[in-house]
Amino acid sequence: MAENTKVAGADLELIDVRKDFPGFTALDDMDLHIPAGQFFALLGPSGCGKTTTLRIVAGLETPTQGQVLIGGKDVTSSKPHERPVNTVFQSYALFPHMTVLENIEFGLRQRKIADYQKLAKDALSLVELSHLGQRRPQQLSGGQQQRVALARALVNRPSLLLLDEPLGALDLKLRRQMQIELKAIQLEVGLTFLHVTHDQEEAMDMADIVAVMNKGRIEQMGAPEVLYDRPKTAFVSKFLGQSNLFIGDVINKSASAISIEVGGNKVTVDKKRAEKHTGKIAIGVRPEKVDFHESKPRLSAEHIVIGTGEIIDIRFTGVSNQYLIDIPNVGEVTVFAQNIGKSPETQLGAKVWVSWKIEHSYGLADLPDGTEEV
Amino acid sequence: MAFAAFSHDKPAKDSFAQRKSGRIVLALLLPGLIYLALFFITPLISLVITSLQSPDPSGAIGIYINDVNFANYATVAIDYLPQIMRSFGYAFAATVFALLISYPVAYLIGVKLRSRPLLQRLMLTLVIAPFFISFLLRTIAWKQLLSDDSGFVGLLHTIGVLAPDQYFLGTDAAVIFGLTYNFIPFMTLPLFTNLERLDVRLIEAGSDLYANPRHIFTKITLPLSMPGIISGTLLTFIPIAGDYVNASRDFLGSSKTSMIGTMVEADYLQNLNYPSASAMSVLLMGVILALVTLYVRRSGTEDLL
Repeated sequence: MAENTKVAGADLELIDVRKDFPGFTALDDMDLHIPAGQFFALLGPSGCGKTTTLRIVAGLETPTQGQVLIGGKDVTSSKPHERPVNTVFQSYALFPHMTVLENIEFGLRQRKIADYQKLAKDALSLVELSHLGQRRPQQLSGGQQQRVALARALVNRPSLLLLDEPLGALDLKLRRQMQIELKAIQLEVGLTFLHVTHDQEEAMDMADIVAVMNKGRIEQMGAPEVLYDRPKTAFVSKFLGQSNLFIGDVINKSASAISIEVGGNKVTVDKKRAEKHTGKIAIGVRPEKVDFHESKPRLSAEHIVIGTGEIIDIRFTGVSNQYLIDIPNVGEVTVFAQNIGKSPETQLGAKVWVSWKIEHSYGLADLPDGTEEV
Repeated sequence: MAFAAFSHDKPAKDSFAQRKSGRIVLALLLPGLIYLALFFITPLISLVITSLQSPDPSGAIGIYINDVNFANYATVAIDYLPQIMRSFGYAFAATVFALLISYPVAYLIGVKLRSRPLLQRLMLTLVIAPFFISFLLRTIAWKQLLSDDSGFVGLLHTIGVLAPDQYFLGTDAAVIFGLTYNFIPFMTLPLFTNLERLDVRLIEAGSDLYANPRHIFTKITLPLSMPGIISGTLLTFIPIAGDYVNASRDFLGSSKTSMIGTMVEADYLQNLNYPSASAMSVLLMGVILALVTLYVRRSGTEDLL
């Protein structure tokens, strides 16, 4: 493995990359830099351009304009087989006319690496399928095929490994297991991983940095905790986890906070946690940060209190209960309460107040789709 | 009691249904079976019987008596060895040429034109279009186009491929050309059906794994299209080996290009030597069967077929 260990991950840079297909723009002037050795996730709904991005990096798609740099080298016009990149395809794309081992050896033999047999066997044991080397891919289960596809890409120790929703076809339990294995392998081999997924939990769980894509653009990029704590747009706020959004005009501005009026209630956000400070804005809060009370709570000024509302739905999900509270003139508010014996024993139809700490509010740069700008 | 009645009743009903559906299947199969018996099995038996007949003791031409005369086989195998060898030589050459020409065409139509369905269908129609005209007429037309005073032969004379006293018609090349031309659609269509289903994601995976276009073809596309190649080559090689039109002197051949089919035709229709013609037919069938079996075994694509 001596020859291969020196090939560490390389960084990836996309400069002003645009991809037009007949009738629509898949990628809209995208700039992206992924440092070497990072586990980077592109997260977005289907059709947001994340797979196109991946295919452009792999060389399977030519960008309409812009540059692709891998390890500082411009590869925009390089053919796929000339790029130090390997892909784990969504469909796995294993060669049906070869055995599992031959599939894994393929890339090594193309590059004429002498001890390809040993390397391929090592890779197969890394994914714990040593006993299936002589089988044909179509004789394996989905999860096993996925691991073969991973081994076939990893064995080449590419500077950059591209993962195109490789866990999409697996059942939940196997997916969790593969997520842990993938992360462990990435830490072990130190390669740069670019992972494309529409599964927000998967992205947050595995990636160092997540970029949320929408309509051919990156809406927001950052560490998963930061993205979750401070989404900057309504799209990110809704796509990454759940959120309660309150929309209203700014009525009060102090040095450190701004407040909006929502159906006769005041909702406040720290100024440094708000993207937009004037006019009509949206302020959000995560459901697990919200409490509810059966009598009007007496709380310090650091809290927001809205009420009263009526509990219109209670869902038991095991670790927590999800309450849906309808507040007149405000809308519906979702509250997650952990089932640790402390959450109030509340019935459907109860009148309640909701509250949360101002420091948990976040102000968005835009308004949710369908909201009129006044 | 009701349940017991049910459980008794059901199997009886089932076997009745089975008997009934069995009768329907038989009824549906019957026309095909009768057809096979009348037009395949009977002639085959008749052919084998005829191939073992001996001349009538009276010495009358065209009259034969039933016998077990294996000498017929030895005679045709020795007398017609050149024609037998030539038949398989021509069939091999024409099959190879048809494959070399058809593969790129089938690839173009089946893979490259996937995004242009209209053009794809048009091209496919063009491949089949020659069938709208009888192949006899088309071969006669080629005879005119390649005749000794044609521009084509003039060109060959000018550039020195042919000496001034040499001509194209009646040569091995002319017959192989005709065979290739006439049987190309039988090669293109099975190749197209195969390549149409080629998963281009495998090609992408190959290029992602450092394979250059040449290696992608030899390691991925070609092995995956083997079933199409096998059926295409069988569909061309077998009829070409038995063809008697192209090599005939009435079409593109001469007395020096006669094939087994030509000899069968001559023995049967001109010499009235039915046992000899039959023995040759059985021999041809046997050799083709052996070659095809060997070929399919060797190509090792049973699991892909």
